[in-house]
Amino acid sequence: MAFVSATKSTGRFTPLIRHGLLIAAAFVMLYPLLWMIGSSFKPESLIFSNPSALPTSFSFDNYIKGWNALRVSFTTFYKNSFIISALAVVGNLTACSLTAYAFARLEFRFKWFWFALMMGTLMLPYHVTLVPQYILFLNLGWVNTYLPLVVPKFLAVDSFFIFLMVQFFRGIPREIDEAAVMDGCGPWRIYWRIMLPLSTPVLATAAIFSFIWTYDDFLGPLIYLNDQRQWTVPLALRAFIDSSGGESLYGAMFAMSALSLVPVFAVFLAFQRLIIRGVALGALKR
Amino acid sequence: MATTAYETGLDGRRLAASPTFRERLARSWRRNRAGYLFLAPWLIGFFGLTLGPTIASLYLSFTDYDLLTPARWAGLKNYEYAFFHDQRLWRALQVTLTYVFWSIPLKLTVALALAMALDRSVRGVSVYRAIFYLPSLLGASVAVAMLWRQIFGADGLINQLMMLTLGFSGPSWVTHPDYALSTLVVLAIWQFGSPMIIFLAGLRQIPQDLYEAAAMDGAKPVRQFFKITLPLLAPVVFFNLVFQTIEAFKAFTQAFIVSGGEGKPIDSTLFYTLYLYLEAFANFRMGYASALAWLLLIIIGVFTGIAFLSSKYWVYYEDEGR
Repeated sequence: MAFVSATKSTGRFTPLIRHGLLIAAAFVMLYPLLWMIGSSFKPESLIFSNPSALPTSFSFDNYIKGWNALRVSFTTFYKNSFIISALAVVGNLTACSLTAYAFARLEFRFKWFWFALMMGTLMLPYHVTLVPQYILFLNLGWVNTYLPLVVPKFLAVDSFFIFLMVQFFRGIPREIDEAAVMDGCGPWRIYWRIMLPLSTPVLATAAIFSFIWTYDDFLGPLIYLNDQRQWTVPLALRAFIDSSGGESLYGAMFAMSALSLVPVFAVFLAFQRLIIRGVALGALKR
Repeated sequence: MATTAYETGLDGRRLAASPTFRERLARSWRRNRAGYLFLAPWLIGFFGLTLGPTIASLYLSFTDYDLLTPARWAGLKNYEYAFFHDQRLWRALQVTLTYVFWSIPLKLTVALALAMALDRSVRGVSVYRAIFYLPSLLGASVAVAMLWRQIFGADGLINQLMMLTLGFSGPSWVTHPDYALSTLVVLAIWQFGSPMIIFLAGLRQIPQDLYEAAAMDGAKPVRQFFKITLPLLAPVVFFNLVFQTIEAFKAFTQAFIVSGGEGKPIDSTLFYTLYLYLEAFANFRMGYASALAWLLLIIIGVFTGIAFLSSKYWVYYEDEGR
């Protein structure tokens, strides 16, 4: 199937066969998700006896039950998740773009030394800093607050986004900011009035992936948020495993799992092109 | 090199003979001020949250520290324990390496096969591409990991389908020590979308006339694949290999959820990162966990190094020899 594309000998039926296979593959790929969505509308007795993704009758019972299944309702979990994600997006955009502007456009001593160090941190697995960061935040009294999840973003810890923005800023013609210098603009105004407005694609990409990664993040909230009222959506979902045991929560679990994917899916629908292009640049691994 | 206003202003001044130290300081500050002001957040983050913790981690890895009593110097004890006495660590390494060695080749093969199927002259490429990418995007979430537990559970989707088609059903895959890890490998393969997109971008770069010339010379598609596609795609294969492997070593959420947070059943899904997490945050052995983190860093480093060294022999860059 894969080699057909290389030859000119495509018969009349090859495209049909190819589409048939591709559609089959797409169906297999999506079936787990469809099954989850279907199951979330099924009565529990049917989830584990009928493998069809199409429920025979629609019922929102699982959603209603799931929303309030834990001591704290999902209203709080979604609110927490969105607050943390929004702050992470703002933090990453401001801090990373400031840093990237310095690396891409300003001249200062030891610039290349700092740049090399920044690139070095790209490869550093987070496990190395995990324990000391925890000890640091514990001593600052930040455990059980959002600060450990948000403050690092305002300090440009995600060097990957810096790298992405440096690449983009370097592509903006120098003549534009040279002209601005002639007109008496300082670096701050060039950054704010010229670079940022010209960089919306890379800023949008960074914002989208900041949002998705923060919203999906599990390890961070797991370590830092103990109080259920501060839990994010992924932490709350995980509680369904802990507290189940009884079969009675499975429907609710399916409903809340399906619902938790909606924000990321919506972002995907809205910004598909940017996301795919970002991945195609080889920049985004996931 | 473009010079900005605050630099040229200073160049004129350089003619002045032997400035005092304070003058030099003031001048240097003016020249570097803007850069360092813009860099300030990153510098604070770099020293406070990356470099500082990295050094602290190295120090802690030579200590015993449980958060309650002050860290006690332990010399090489943690590393000695890791190498010679910790059966669970070896189990975790074995699980992680098995996961990497199965999931990466399979994932990349599927990704390449589908990228080639999608490559040229297929209508609706963007739709297929979006569908195939979706699992990569959603797959890192807790929701999908929870879904996987149900799909491969005793009454899950897989067993229901087996019952329907084969007339018998399998075990509870996620709780069976022989199969639990395989379910995670399947989950990894299911997320082949992002390497596929990178392969697609790479395939677009291969000139079509190479294939036409090869076809004229009578090269069959299989030969074309091994003589044209694969060699020209080698840099992309290399990129995917390195980054996917690093990501696989770092896998945590899936392992945590599918294994019930403890590597169940009987440590068959005890991923390295999961073991590290348990040592640090369940057993509060911060010193030992730090040693584990450094061992992981070394393991990842060795794998990346091997990939880079071996790449000389199989990765050909077109702009080489310029």
